[in-house]
Amino acid sequence: MNKVSVTIDNTRIEVEKGTTVYHAAKSIGINIPALCYMNLEHLNIENCPGGCRICVVEIEGRRNLAPSCSTPCAEGMVINTHSGRVMNARSTVLELLLSDHPKDCLVCAKSGDCDLQDLSIRLGIREIHAMENAEMSIYRKDSSPALNRDMDKCVMCRRCETICNKVQTVGALCAINRGFMSVVAPAFQQDLIDSPCVFCGQCVAVCPTGALTAVDHTPKILRALADPSKTVVVQTAPAVRAALGEEFGMEPGTLVTGKMVAALRRLGFDKVFDTDFAADLTIMEEGAELLDRITRHLAGDPTVRLPILTSCCPAWINFFEVYYPTMLDVPSTARSPQQMFGSIAKTYYAEKLGIDRRDLVVVSVMPCLAKKYECQREEFFVDGNPDVDFAISTRELAALVEAYDVNFGALPDEDFDTPLGESSGAGVIFGATGGVIEAAVRTAYEVYTGQKLADVEFRELRGFEGIRTATVDFNGTPINIGIAHQLGNARKLLDGMRSGMYNFHAIEIMACPGGCIGGAGQPFHHCDTDRIKARMEALYREDTHKAIRKSHENPDVLRLYEEFLGEPLNEKAHRLLHTHYFTKEKFS
Amino acid sequence: MAICGYCIGATKGLVYIRAEYPLAIRRLRMAIEQARGYGLLGRNIMDSGFDFDIELRYGAGAFVCGEETALIHSMEGNRGEPTVKPPFPAEKGYLGKPTNVNNVETLANIPVILLRGPEWFSSIGTERSKGTKVFALAGKINNVGLIEVPMGTTLREVIFEIGGGIKDGKRFKAVQTGGPSGGCLTEKHLDTPIDFDNLLAAGSMMGSGGMIVMDEDDCMVSVASFYLDFTVEESCGKCAPCRIGNKRLHEILEKICGGRGTEDDIEYLKNLGHVIKDTSLCGLGQTSPNPVLSTIEHFYPEYLAHVRERVCPAGKCKALKHYSILGDKCTGCTACVRTCPVGAIVGEKRQPHRIDNNLCIKCGACYSKCKFLAINVR
Repeated sequence: MNKVSVTIDNTRIEVEKGTTVYHAAKSIGINIPALCYMNLEHLNIENCPGGCRICVVEIEGRRNLAPSCSTPCAEGMVINTHSGRVMNARSTVLELLLSDHPKDCLVCAKSGDCDLQDLSIRLGIREIHAMENAEMSIYRKDSSPALNRDMDKCVMCRRCETICNKVQTVGALCAINRGFMSVVAPAFQQDLIDSPCVFCGQCVAVCPTGALTAVDHTPKILRALADPSKTVVVQTAPAVRAALGEEFGMEPGTLVTGKMVAALRRLGFDKVFDTDFAADLTIMEEGAELLDRITRHLAGDPTVRLPILTSCCPAWINFFEVYYPTMLDVPSTARSPQQMFGSIAKTYYAEKLGIDRRDLVVVSVMPCLAKKYECQREEFFVDGNPDVDFAISTRELAALVEAYDVNFGALPDEDFDTPLGESSGAGVIFGATGGVIEAAVRTAYEVYTGQKLADVEFRELRGFEGIRTATVDFNGTPINIGIAHQLGNARKLLDGMRSGMYNFHAIEIMACPGGCIGGAGQPFHHCDTDRIKARMEALYREDTHKAIRKSHENPDVLRLYEEFLGEPLNEKAHRLLHTHYFTKEKFS
Repeated sequence: MAICGYCIGATKGLVYIRAEYPLAIRRLRMAIEQARGYGLLGRNIMDSGFDFDIELRYGAGAFVCGEETALIHSMEGNRGEPTVKPPFPAEKGYLGKPTNVNNVETLANIPVILLRGPEWFSSIGTERSKGTKVFALAGKINNVGLIEVPMGTTLREVIFEIGGGIKDGKRFKAVQTGGPSGGCLTEKHLDTPIDFDNLLAAGSMMGSGGMIVMDEDDCMVSVASFYLDFTVEESCGKCAPCRIGNKRLHEILEKICGGRGTEDDIEYLKNLGHVIKDTSLCGLGQTSPNPVLSTIEHFYPEYLAHVRERVCPAGKCKALKHYSILGDKCTGCTACVRTCPVGAIVGEKRQPHRIDNNLCIKCGACYSKCKFLAINVR
């Protein structure tokens, strides 16, 4: 018998053995409040320290209250989720958390989107006792290029520690100190920039308070937009259009490409371009690189390094630089679409406009926080001027739209500007795990075999599982592909590769759950994985609506090569569109 | 331990010992070496075919690592934080394996029970607490030290016979049992036979076997604050009620001892104390409010005196001390006037002096200076 029957709030139900009281209650519509508990189904992310004690319930026969998130149902259990004793306990414990929390909701970056604030509203806390003598646990603030740490606001939920160590296997954060002053921080209370932190930002994506937040560039954007001497252009990543609508109350998975473009114009950007254009450009370069390596390998060249690893994810590149420093010649040398765009904008496009690159400000809207770090990497500057000036997140864009009083839902659909706005369906799917390699395969297949694809969709590369493998038949030549999303899975894939378990020609790695659509700059998912799935479906949907679905058929990209670059992988392409990697001497 | 290992099928024993006990470590190491020498530890013990050996693991100064799951995690090399039970260590313990965790005292009872028989053992002690118990007798008592008595011995017997009564002939006030998380028991509990259940029913516990005796000069509010100071320091920090709640309990107690407490504060202490007990993850938080709750229960008038009259009946809380000059003893020598660091005493030569209590910082300098015993401290 694999089921047990329990009674919750006078309702008798049967559940699978091992189901926690929390989930059993949820199955009958009882949503027990919780704070530290985090469960992202389908993504293998669970944080359950049982520390916040908000989800406590009364169980008959048990001396004290039980944490429902970590108490498995037992046959005959009688549970009360809202007795007077439970309600008093929950409020008192929440009051304690609030007593050791800065009271600056009004100006906090998380206000309106904060789990602690929501809980306080839900439980109706109107008074915090014992504040006259109350000490607060305060810490030195830390700011990195991508994220801010204000640990005065930490509630010790341990979500960031779990995601950094167990899921991303980066190991930048851990619990330190004991008792009242305990906090989650890098070892020895270092700053993030000195730790192995790769800036994936997943800690920000799961933090229930304003302790971990993204760096905010909106003031800088506003200054640039107001500066008459600057031409400000913006590029938008594929994953943004599948999620931006959520910030305005739309259903997850609503494609808002047209409105997004219109909104950016209302904000005053001189030109609205598409990162997807640069994604097609990336495929041209990376596809050529992939084919070059494969052809030389099949011809028996022993010096060729396979597999080729995608290099568009900066958190993944950081991870690689910290943990696999002996393999720095393995990833593709192609820059990310964000950076390729900036490089082309400040040369090709600036020339077209007849302006100096210093008077062109390139802003990118990204689902990602690591992009904020990427654009300030030294190798992406020319004569002291960055290729991409600022990267802002989907959330920051939504904040700008609100601040400017733009009625997003009422905007008409508008198109991107030329010549850097046209994209193929292959460019769009970059935002989903498996999308980059599918885009690469669409081009590589046709170039390698010389044949047209009957069906451009490679469904065997799609999906939500953390590690996926597939073999694509290039007309008789089998190409082995490995795909991983979330860095822990990337590590498994790479270690498997090193130990000889896997034999790949190409690997795609994304640091975030589901790929960029699950990025830390996206609207907070609040533990609802279905939102991430819906965003993924939206991107594949947009791909099917495109007339052009292969990168090498993008006419504006082809024109760029014709007018300016020449050919993929030539000297100019290498200088502008390729890069190399560095060892990071941190604990490696 | 070897016997336990034999029973449960374990070949390895781990002893978790405080690094602050180098003497105990040395002796234990010696004992283990000797046992190995006698063939009582190691491979094929006494030709039984059973292997068992013992390793030592050292604590690093955390009281919370006495909690079994925290102890296990500490031995695994992880942060010494307790984890939610179930699963219990017997199911999933050290390195995820079924583990039996026991105190030294518990294990020490085993050979005796095996040799003399369970009936003999059961003949000692009470209905539900068999055998003997070791106690650490300390505080305002004539004979301090470690004692071993049968369960069921009364508190009166321990304190007044074995302990030799209260030091300096003072009056008994309370006895704290179980360590810093135990409750304070009073005169009316003195004839309680000591066992696990009786102590719990009285609002305390057996705990570590500590027994601290207090007399009329001890302030129970101050005692509660003292114990909370300890548990605040030792809390691991994982769960909110213990991490923050104990801190707040301590702060309020300090406020009361500082003469700034209110009756509302006492009410909040009661509610907060009960919630901390009811919601904490491990035994530390589940028991740390006991000193507060038991002293409020048994010494409520003392708390009221602190908040209503701003007086500490035991004369302990410095901020509540009231210094005054006895007119009939004062000779007007001005020694205290000149000694007071804040100029709180006024008085002419050969006139009785007066202390202004608004200025007095209660340092006690005047009391030390006066040769005529004219300074009264209340």
